[in-house]
Amino acid sequence: MSPAEENVVRTSARNGWLLSLPALVLLAVAAVGPLLIVAIYSFLTPGTHGNVVWDFSTEGWSQILWSKDIFTDSYVWADAHLTILWRSIKLSLMTTIITFVVGFPTAWFIATRPPKARALWLFLITIPFWTNILIRTYAINEMIRQEGLINVILLKIGVISEPLHIIYTDVAIFIGMTYVYLPLMVLPLFAAIDRFDMRMLEAGYDLYASRWQILRRIILPIVKPGIIAGSILVFVPSLGAYVTPRILGGGKQMMIGNLIDMQFGQGKNWPLGAALSLTLLVIVTVALLYYVKVANGEKKNG
Amino acid sequence: MSVGADTAISVQNVVKAFGQGAAAVRALDDVSVDIRQGEFFTLLGPSGCGKTTLLRLIAGFEMPTEGVILLDGADITNLPPNKRPVNTVFQSYALFPHLTVAQNVAFGLQMLGRPTAQVKARTDEMLALVKLDAFADRKVSQLSGGQQQRVALARALAPAPKVLLLDEPLSALDLKLRQAMQIELKRLQLETGITFVFVTHDQEEALTMSDRIAVMSNGKIQQVGTAKEIYTRPKNRFVANFIGETNFLTGESQDGALKLASGESIAVPGLKAGGTATVIVRPEQLRLGAEQEGVLKAKVRTLVYFGTDTHCHLALSDGTEIVARLQSPASGDAGLAEGQAVGIRFAEGALQAVEE
Repeated sequence: MSPAEENVVRTSARNGWLLSLPALVLLAVAAVGPLLIVAIYSFLTPGTHGNVVWDFSTEGWSQILWSKDIFTDSYVWADAHLTILWRSIKLSLMTTIITFVVGFPTAWFIATRPPKARALWLFLITIPFWTNILIRTYAINEMIRQEGLINVILLKIGVISEPLHIIYTDVAIFIGMTYVYLPLMVLPLFAAIDRFDMRMLEAGYDLYASRWQILRRIILPIVKPGIIAGSILVFVPSLGAYVTPRILGGGKQMMIGNLIDMQFGQGKNWPLGAALSLTLLVIVTVALLYYVKVANGEKKNG
Repeated sequence: MSVGADTAISVQNVVKAFGQGAAAVRALDDVSVDIRQGEFFTLLGPSGCGKTTLLRLIAGFEMPTEGVILLDGADITNLPPNKRPVNTVFQSYALFPHLTVAQNVAFGLQMLGRPTAQVKARTDEMLALVKLDAFADRKVSQLSGGQQQRVALARALAPAPKVLLLDEPLSALDLKLRQAMQIELKRLQLETGITFVFVTHDQEEALTMSDRIAVMSNGKIQQVGTAKEIYTRPKNRFVANFIGETNFLTGESQDGALKLASGESIAVPGLKAGGTATVIVRPEQLRLGAEQEGVLKAKVRTLVYFGTDTHCHLALSDGTEIVARLQSPASGDAGLAEGQAVGIRFAEGALQAVEE
């Protein structure tokens, strides 16, 4: 390369950096900055009226797993935190699985309609997005609470003699999250199935595959990118869900989101809240990395 | 329901209607045909003639409205595709994009539950047969059109079907490749001995590759025969018109001769007595000479030079236009001039009476 050419390359590289500067500044201020503050806060000491005192401490982190017994001054497992963590992961996984089980046939149904009907169905799927999540969650509440619509009807027709106790349980949160996040599973699945070449079905059927084998060996591997996208879109917000467990869990059945909220509010323990937030971030990142790796690994070997 | 021992596929009185009641369209209208063991059988016809529908009925993707389909004498009419020992090469190939070449070829054998070692051996054998051994681990998207075509063939042949169905498999290839694949297909058919049922709208493809051809139009089989039979003795106007170039002469049938509107008369062997009749003659069977030597008088309208031969467009005395294809002499000059009066003679057996 001649010096002149090198110069050109260097200039264009510099111009590239200059052009992306606004985006980089925005990223630094809006994403990295707050994250850095959260990370710093997690190593400070809680102030008496909320806020933080600039004294270095690892208490925020250790309190996630252990709590100090005020009488004996010894450390014991923070059972409540572990229960909440486990509930968050369990409910998010279940929500992801059930939205897939329900969403896949739904997406398949929509993708196999004629183009005009397809637009209508997609429109119907997106309608819930127009309403505030708070209102939608209260609507679910209205359906499943002790004197709610479902119980009233079931009691009237004599299917049950006692009202079903659904509200303020894990089941209630699960129902609410499934309802809220279902469209996030259906839309990427629809996009993947829409691209799927239906002639593959005949080819598989012709080559002695049963319907089940066609689903497992042809359809699912081909639409896998859509399944991955849908799962991520449902799992990540489920794990950090706040409104749904708050309303349908009644403040008793908390998830990580509610626990974090509590530390910044009544709990007045910002360092613990910050540490919990970062823990949530780590769980999501690890889960995503693992998921993508498994999905891609299968592609290479399968 | 009885069929000969050498019949692979027997299609008997098959009707296929799409839609309901008065709006129903008959894609196949009482079709019967026997396809022999080990032959290269072609379904030829224009688009919409029902040839692909017939193929899909044999494959099992569609069920006939009426009639039965037998395979080796056994009724397969109501069997689903995965229970029929019949495989298809699709027009678009329909290869599995998430699998490698070898995995595509092995798919059918795996679904049949063959042992792994056998699947591997058969897959290698098939890849060698279509000369793709070096590409076994490629993704199908990394292959050219011609290579994808060969994967589709290997995939469909791997389970050793009793009949291989090919739905216009060459239509997506360019001319050079198409001609190479025609030879390749014929070779594969001879090497494997499997009955091939081939669907095409390309008459040249049909004539060069097939043992027998069924010419179809409007949901009916118009004629079944070898390439020579269909070209030299077409049964009706449709077949004569669809296969090759043809001149039609219409007139009154009188005493074994065709009387044209001009009053001229030509002897046609096998002409039905009485009424209006249609006779065909291929352009290459016309001989031109001096006016008084011919059986029909004509005037040269235009001459088109094609190299190997010259097309001479003629007008008969009654105004009917016909074409003569004359082999070009060494000089390239056919010795004719536009406007010249000539006499037409016909080669022996060139005049064929056809049904309307």
